[in-house]
Amino acid sequence: MLAQSATPANIAEREAVIDIAAADSCLEIQALSLAYAGTPALKELTLRVPRRRVTAFIGPSGCGKSTLLRALNRLHDLNETVSRRGEIRLEGQEIHAPEVAVAELRRRVGMVFQTPNPFPMSIYENVAFGLRLQGDMRKRQRDEVVEWALRSAALWDEVKARLGDSAWSLSGGQQQRLVIARTLAVKPEVLLLDEPASALDPISTLKIEELIRSLKSQLTLVLVTHNMQQAARVSDYTAFLHDGELVEYAPTDALFTNPRLARTENYITGRMA
Amino acid sequence: MRLSRGEGPWPWLAAGSVALSLLLLAALLTLLAGRGLAHFWPAEVVQVELDDGSRFAARPGREERSAEGVERLYHTGNREWLGTPWRWVEVARIVEQQRPAELVVIERRRWGDFIGRVAGLEEDGEALVLEDDAAQWAALNARLARLEALRAARDALRQDEVMPRVRELGAARDAASRARLEGELATANAEILALQAQMARDRVLLESVDGERLALPLEDILAIQRPNDMRLPAKLGAWGTGVWRFLSEGPRAANTAGGVWPAIFGTVLLVLLMSALVAPFGVLAAIYLNEIAHQGRLTRLVRISVRNLAGVPSIVYGVFGLGVFVYGIGGSLDEWFFSDQLPSPTFGTGGLLWASLTLALLTLPVVIVATEEGLARIPDHQREGALALGATRLETLRRVVVPMALPAMLTGMILAVARAAGEVAPLMLVGVAKLAPQVPLDAEFPFLHLERKFMHLGYHIFDVGFHSGDVEAALPLVYATALLLVLVILLLNLTAILLRHHLKARHGALPR
Repeated sequence: MLAQSATPANIAEREAVIDIAAADSCLEIQALSLAYAGTPALKELTLRVPRRRVTAFIGPSGCGKSTLLRALNRLHDLNETVSRRGEIRLEGQEIHAPEVAVAELRRRVGMVFQTPNPFPMSIYENVAFGLRLQGDMRKRQRDEVVEWALRSAALWDEVKARLGDSAWSLSGGQQQRLVIARTLAVKPEVLLLDEPASALDPISTLKIEELIRSLKSQLTLVLVTHNMQQAARVSDYTAFLHDGELVEYAPTDALFTNPRLARTENYITGRMA
Repeated sequence: MRLSRGEGPWPWLAAGSVALSLLLLAALLTLLAGRGLAHFWPAEVVQVELDDGSRFAARPGREERSAEGVERLYHTGNREWLGTPWRWVEVARIVEQQRPAELVVIERRRWGDFIGRVAGLEEDGEALVLEDDAAQWAALNARLARLEALRAARDALRQDEVMPRVRELGAARDAASRARLEGELATANAEILALQAQMARDRVLLESVDGERLALPLEDILAIQRPNDMRLPAKLGAWGTGVWRFLSEGPRAANTAGGVWPAIFGTVLLVLLMSALVAPFGVLAAIYLNEIAHQGRLTRLVRISVRNLAGVPSIVYGVFGLGVFVYGIGGSLDEWFFSDQLPSPTFGTGGLLWASLTLALLTLPVVIVATEEGLARIPDHQREGALALGATRLETLRRVVVPMALPAMLTGMILAVARAAGEVAPLMLVGVAKLAPQVPLDAEFPFLHLERKFMHLGYHIFDVGFHSGDVEAALPLVYATALLLVLVILLLNLTAILLRHHLKARHGALPR
């Protein structure tokens, strides 16, 4: 395996990264490097995420896929030990530019985490949380947005009779869909999903995957997963990361059926730890 | 987990330790409850005749073995003749014991208990003619009921007529209204004097079993009973009345008799004030340390210091409170705002405010540590969830983090209450009083008198147990007060625990 990847690797890897036209891309990552307290986590990463498609980041644990995802809505800002070089552009706008308000960026780029994290309040208030942050809104209008978000997250029918109940009374899968609804309620342009189904049972996972597929007509989705079947099932494009580097980035069908690089093939066929 | 075989003695040792702890706890509560509550039981009175022909009536107490044989302690009352209400008697010298039904035990305003017989009744100095003992007892009780009604009327008059006018008089400036108020006051006072004259009408003639006689104004009777003539329901009733009087009345006779109401009130008020002071400080400090401060060496140092502060002996806090709060801040307050009352201090002496501040300081580390632990237990993805929706750090704190940490904060309060309610040492320096019959909360502006000294159950135990002239009388009160202190702390903690349970039930357990 090492012998194979040692062949004119650099040239081959460049070719392994497809180029998406700038006009079709929603997010553009340019030479992004990131380090935790001096330890590099991402190395000179460059890729474009296509608009209204599902893009999956796959790779072994510690490859930097979650780090990359969190960089996309500046969650690393909270951690003082993180240093960054390079650019991330959302619809052409550099997200680290001083005129970009981080709260507004995070509204435009929503994020769903691995563990369902509903807030300690009612189901309704969870969905309305982001709306209330944005300021006053008439109750009827807010009700409508909450219903729309819950319907979009395929949760409305299950919770419409108990909107006042604590969000913590829901099952794990319902909680995760509630979190998605909560994110959708503020009408984001991009939805980042960090292993959204890894803590869920197979049926809940299926529902989340259906939801992801149905949402791509409205917004751009970026999915981090260590489940390759999941990536193959729901994503349009897949990027394989290893050791903080982008190894291969291709339409999902092409990457899974006909990987260009041996490292990718080894990983997707399970020969790499 | 089941206790499994084949793991050697360790599981048994551990289970044994638990059993021993529970046993000790049960023994403690049984001792306190048994000794404390038995004190209020109307024990029977025995008339004892000794081998030298002398007689006395008394309640028998404990026995002790000495070189001369077994001695028994009797509570004889009648201190004015005997010098002490207690008497040790060699059991071997007792010739005869009787329990005559007509023996009475009277709790008096002065001189402690009287034990003996009722020999007659006087009205305005003239003896009443009563045919038999039953009629006499009925008449006595009827007159006591009349006295009670008169006393209630007098107290109502004082409360509703005299007190408001005295207050108005203090505020009145013009001569006309002063004259009017003084006139009304004189009328009311005359009515009170008339009532008191009526109250002084009756006297009861008492005779001890060895023939000493005494005329006692009915006014001086606090409670009267014929324990040998009482059946179980009556005794239970008397016991309940005794317990209630212990809880609801103020202390008498240098704290060796009467109740502990001011001490209960002082303890609860002190703890509530302490909680109100410590909660905001502790919670804000914990939030700063855990959520806002840069997690560097300095923060770690502060955290370690806070944890160590929890181990500082409480008397040290008392000294600090005395030096800083009482003399420092209190002294300055007196100079600025109460200079007309100097040299008698207002805030420059121990009081409720300084005591609760000192206790708040004492419990601050506990609250900070518990709250910090609660905050640290909230998973980061909860905070990130709010931040990812565009919430600022303040909004995240206020709407997600603090609500989730509320149960932990209440745990901190529970620990603080448990520690503060039992503290006595620092209070002795900053404002507890041996006797402060006026509770610090009343109908007089500003209602809560933070500068007043107050009574405290813990200090009351110490005072009654070690500073009273009558150890035998004080001992049961010590047990009863200790039991009460345990119950009060239990009640305060239970309130906080129920509140925490309520909060937890609202949102279920913290998802992991």
